[in-house]
Amino acid sequence: MIVNVERSTRTSRISTAVFCVAIVVLVSAPAWAGRGQLSMLVEFFYYLALAELWNLLAGYAGVISLGAQGFIGLGGYALFFFTLNMGWHPLFALIAAGVVGLVVAVPAAAVMLRLHGAYLAIATWVLAEVARLGFSEMTSLGAGSGISLGVASVRHVELPFVSRDGIFFLLALLFAILTVALSYLLLCSKYGLALKSVRDNETSARSSGVNSYGLKLGVFVASSAGMALIGALIYLTKLRISPAAAFDANWTSNIIFIVIIGGIGTLEGPIIGTIVFFVLRQYLSDLGSWYLIILGGLAVVVMLKMPRGLWGAFSHRFDVRLFPTRRRLVLGNPDKVRPPSGDAGKTELAVNPGDPS
Amino acid sequence: MLNTILDAVIQGILLGGLYGLYAAGLSLVFGIMRLVNIAHGDFIVLAAFFVIAFQKFLSIGSPFTALLVVVPLMFIFGYVLQRFVLNQVVGDDILRPVLVTFGLSVITQNGLLQAFSADSRKLNGGIIEVSSFTLPGGIIVGVFPLIMLGACLATIGALQWMLFHTRMGVAFRATSDDTMAAGLMGVNTRHLFSIATGVVMVTVAIASVFTGIRATFYPTSGSDCLLFAFEAVIIGGLGSLWGTLLGGMILAISQSLGSRISPAWQLQAGHLVFLIVLLMRPQGLFPRRLD
Repeated sequence: MIVNVERSTRTSRISTAVFCVAIVVLVSAPAWAGRGQLSMLVEFFYYLALAELWNLLAGYAGVISLGAQGFIGLGGYALFFFTLNMGWHPLFALIAAGVVGLVVAVPAAAVMLRLHGAYLAIATWVLAEVARLGFSEMTSLGAGSGISLGVASVRHVELPFVSRDGIFFLLALLFAILTVALSYLLLCSKYGLALKSVRDNETSARSSGVNSYGLKLGVFVASSAGMALIGALIYLTKLRISPAAAFDANWTSNIIFIVIIGGIGTLEGPIIGTIVFFVLRQYLSDLGSWYLIILGGLAVVVMLKMPRGLWGAFSHRFDVRLFPTRRRLVLGNPDKVRPPSGDAGKTELAVNPGDPS
Repeated sequence: MLNTILDAVIQGILLGGLYGLYAAGLSLVFGIMRLVNIAHGDFIVLAAFFVIAFQKFLSIGSPFTALLVVVPLMFIFGYVLQRFVLNQVVGDDILRPVLVTFGLSVITQNGLLQAFSADSRKLNGGIIEVSSFTLPGGIIVGVFPLIMLGACLATIGALQWMLFHTRMGVAFRATSDDTMAAGLMGVNTRHLFSIATGVVMVTVAIASVFTGIRATFYPTSGSDCLLFAFEAVIIGGLGSLWGTLLGGMILAISQSLGSRISPAWQLQAGHLVFLIVLLMRPQGLFPRRLD
């Protein structure tokens, strides 16, 4: 009897093709989209990238961060420091901001991971507050009132045929694609399997030889550095930064609502969540406080009634996975290189039937 | 110089009781049902707004009198919240309680913004707010901070007494040690959890009056209360209410000393002391002995 290990399904192959077409269409967006549409797309993709990073940390590594704004703001400030005070090209400054995030994240992770669960979550918030109060004192970066990036500093950000807004958009798109793709590759690797085992039961994972601390540390550092990089891009597009805005807890609450509503612990969830978030904002943002009350209420109800979010409920009901990360054993025919799978009626053995991802 | 430091320490001790009371509520809920309420600070601010609302509608002069209404109201609020919402997320999964209470925090803040606007408010404590006396050495001690410390100590003492000298306290401690075994011994854990959250909301109501008289507050200032409560718990060490109280005092003394350096350093000094304790002694300064 031949048993093949399969990961992809027919749906996932179709959806990969659809995603590739969508990416080609999106890359050409600077040519056809207006400025307003482009800036909305920039926002959409940086929220998507942030949500994927937060989801990797919370949904897979089990480390809830309520201090995402700490690294977003740090990245933004690092960008302003390197462009204004050091006179660097903004795009080099952007990369340097990511490196700053990486360097800061290592000791931060080492201290934060001494705590667990909710206490760890609040501790990350304290860290973000420390950063906010610290940058409020830095007079060379505008102290509490903030600082602007003159148009002169970003003048060089141009390519033949692509405007500055176009470049910002392409960067946001690139970051979003990279976070999804790298998360997917990570989850398909042996580290991904280890990560999911830690999430499902840390004690048994560790007794099977999984280095759970190292995994959490790695994901914390990678996700924080990514957030700093995206924070730098966000404030490169905004051209103005202040401690109150950069370290605003609303960054984290928006990210959390996107991930919860879309589906925590799934790669597809943040995509769905970001779409829902932008649609709701389009129609409800005039309501002021009510908008956040509705969003918060929706998140609480989703968390209580369908813990894996909209995508989790949908994927469970119809057995659809766009980014299948779970391995399945398929009874196969040795002549066929790739036996059909995902169809009803085939005998399939899931390695871990309880794995919700 | 020495006098300034001594003054800062004394003011810190007086404020520390309040932080200890914030923290006692947070750690009591955690101890009994392994749930950390991210909205804890927002509920303190919510209770303070209730005090304002009842003072206005019932024409009550003193915020302390308004407590007669707000204390039972907050108890019922806590009971209902636990019974119908939070009991659903108590369990082994650490994500759901954090994320649900985080959602409640955002809802509470924005609900208050909608109902009371973003203006900062203050409760009027009357004559005790402006009365003070001078210690030998010229250090001025306000009557209000002294009453606040006394009230907070009394509340924490009452919690401690309830935990160790009543049948309900036995049930709380048993549930804390092993929820399932307590359930098998006939403890109705769902009801007990709800009572516990109700009791914690009583401490929240008491803390809210002192918070509101001591300084201005606004719909989003609950986040700071949560951070202070949390820092006090971690500095003090998990599992003991008196340790938590000492944690609150250390936090308040750090803030008070920091504010003497510069007003901007008040909060930062507290955060830094918290991070130092976390780095040097992650189990806290006064953890419960393993018994």
